[in-house]
Amino acid sequence: MSQWVIKGIRTGIKTTAYPRGAENAAGITPGLPRGGSFGTGAAALIERCLTHALDRTDGEISVNSRRCVHCYRCVRGVEQPLNWETTYEWAGAGGVPPLTNELGRPFRRSIHVLVVDAGDCGACLNEVKQLNNPYYNMHRLGFFITPTPRHADVLLVVGPVTDQMRFALKKVYDAMPTPKRVVAVGACALSGGVFAKSFVCANGVADVLPVDVEVPGNPPPPLAILHGLLVAVGRKPPSQTPAPAGHAPAAAAR
Amino acid sequence: MNRTELQEQIESRWLGQAQYGFDAQTATIEVRCTRTLLVEVCRRVVEEWDFSFAGLIVEEGASEWQLRYAFYGERGAGWMHVLVSAPLAQNVFPSVVEWVHAADWHEREAEDLFGVRFEGHPHLGDFVLHDDAWQEGVEPMRRGFDAQAAMRHRRPDTDWRPRRIVQEPGAFVMPIGPIFSGVTESVHFLLETVGEDVIRSSTRLFYKWRAVEKLAEGKTVDEVLLLAERFAATTAFAHGLAFSQAVESIGGAEVPARARVLRVYLAELERLRQHAGAIQEICESTALVVATSQAGILEEELLRVSGELTGHRYLFGLLAPGGLLCDLPTEACRRALSRSQDILRRLNELERQLSISSSFLDRIEEVGHISAATAKAYSLVGPVARASGLARDVRRTRPYGGYEAFSFDVPTETEGDGYARLRVLFAEARQSARIMEQAAAALKEGDVCRPVHVRAGAALGSVEAPRGATFHWVRLDEGGRIARYRVITPSFANWHSFHLAAEKFAFQDFPIILSTFDLSVAENDR
Repeated sequence: MSQWVIKGIRTGIKTTAYPRGAENAAGITPGLPRGGSFGTGAAALIERCLTHALDRTDGEISVNSRRCVHCYRCVRGVEQPLNWETTYEWAGAGGVPPLTNELGRPFRRSIHVLVVDAGDCGACLNEVKQLNNPYYNMHRLGFFITPTPRHADVLLVVGPVTDQMRFALKKVYDAMPTPKRVVAVGACALSGGVFAKSFVCANGVADVLPVDVEVPGNPPPPLAILHGLLVAVGRKPPSQTPAPAGHAPAAAAR
Repeated sequence: MNRTELQEQIESRWLGQAQYGFDAQTATIEVRCTRTLLVEVCRRVVEEWDFSFAGLIVEEGASEWQLRYAFYGERGAGWMHVLVSAPLAQNVFPSVVEWVHAADWHEREAEDLFGVRFEGHPHLGDFVLHDDAWQEGVEPMRRGFDAQAAMRHRRPDTDWRPRRIVQEPGAFVMPIGPIFSGVTESVHFLLETVGEDVIRSSTRLFYKWRAVEKLAEGKTVDEVLLLAERFAATTAFAHGLAFSQAVESIGGAEVPARARVLRVYLAELERLRQHAGAIQEICESTALVVATSQAGILEEELLRVSGELTGHRYLFGLLAPGGLLCDLPTEACRRALSRSQDILRRLNELERQLSISSSFLDRIEEVGHISAATAKAYSLVGPVARASGLARDVRRTRPYGGYEAFSFDVPTETEGDGYARLRVLFAEARQSARIMEQAAAALKEGDVCRPVHVRAGAALGSVEAPRGATFHWVRLDEGGRIARYRVITPSFANWHSFHLAAEKFAFQDFPIILSTFDLSVAENDR
């Protein structure tokens, strides 16, 4: 067995500097389109966006990041591409008023997260899984995955919430002790993504549960999910990326 | 047996009751037969002519049903489609499961979603649409069904109890899921036991059914490409590729040489990354912490290589019917190759270390056994089939997209246990890097996309995805919109046999057996 001990020591420390410092390695994020003033091609770009994430307000292109599924139709195969930013601190506040459901100070340094797959394609889940590998190592921040709702402080939901998962999801939420927070991860969990408007699933978690933190992306990279968890416990401020306007989640029964 | 002999046999044996047809462009033999003859024809296709079952494609036409049983042969034998049709009012067909066991789940799905009945099938109902959630008589894949209208559901039955098969003193059922363990996909297992060993296991799937096939109907090709990439996104490129191939085949389009080579390169990068992820899960299931971390490092690095090269860590937004949406610089591909080769070197080192870790081998050797006969009967695909001695690989049997120009091996093992499956994953990762190297060397300047003429027609796209063969059937209507999209995935084939591997083993082996199958629920549920 000593070979594994030696191997581990030889590998050294791989862990990212985030959240203390910035992480600048290549390939850690797919990025998101950034709106702003745009010339004559705006109408054509908005037309190209297949999930209606782009819109025009006051002569500027606005981006609804809840709907963006990284199809790159607004930057690839066009003469005038939209700006694209490769950031990752995307997590924003959800539709419920802040503070009503806040985790207190005791939770800032240690929380248990229950991950529920409510119809995910596998990519968001795989990115959540990466948080446990040495590059991200969420344990160092006091975040732990738990398989049981009784121990969970944060419910992390991926997927648009299929009808056959809706009952299980509600049951799990009800079984969690208060205070608790819901983090919705990925475009499908925020808007239904490419599965939106369907007889078989909801248009995101907000249709079923009150969502406290939203992490856009398809899938969001591990650092964006980490940012979402830090926002959930109040250790990082929410970003303004998911446009607060124009989103009215269906009233969810608490 | 060659094609002429097949034609003679079919025409002489079933005079007037079965018609032989051949499509040279797709190398597909089409046999049209009557309903009474269906079982007999299918039996001969698998038993005498040695074809393997790929999938069942049900289509509802304006006035009649058409059922297409797709079979594929070994190299050169191409495709064999057995077709049977009937007026819409007559929705009862004979079941072929007695001879083609792999068609079992296909018939159950068709019965659930189309309301087509299969006479002689031992177990229909409660499959895709769970009985405890859906009203009776819902047939969502029928033409008249509105895919966007909200549905009324049953109130969940709180008295629901798992079905029990084992009737022994002290026997009990251990239900697992749909929400269980750390970071897992939603699926439900019922493990029946009288103590230590799992005697019977059954898997309940489709909690994540998103009705991808239904949502696709009436949409444009570009919109459905998004769905194809995103319904099982850990293998997004392979599924997008199968869909694109089908559309290109309908339009008679030729993909430019540079795009063909880049597609092969990216498909193999995806396979390498997915296999590293599967290896990580296997290490994790045996609780070997350092090996889990090492494999996790390699998976993340491959995700970063993909992200740096293409912009997206899961290769979204690259494919377009007729080629690629954007070109990738040759220099960047070579850089990504050399990084991938470095990662492969460390993957090889990991394999060497695992192969001398006795505590690890104790847990993974001789568990989850799948025999060659089972693999054949269930028409398994991918690394699971190849670990049981079935050298089945679409890149070999039906080369597509320029794979015939690359040299590579199809690694196989014969033991069919968990360790054999792990060894196949490692060996395939090496072959993927080998193909990537050839592809990077073969890159020549040129355009990457030629527009496809979208016209009415139907075609089957077939791709060897990381988890095994995937088949995408696409029918376009006059306006170039999707009329029918049927997705046959490797996980759907392999989940079918999983319960056999889990039986006769102790409870603590269960997660290990599960991880060695590298199954995707999203890919199965669609």
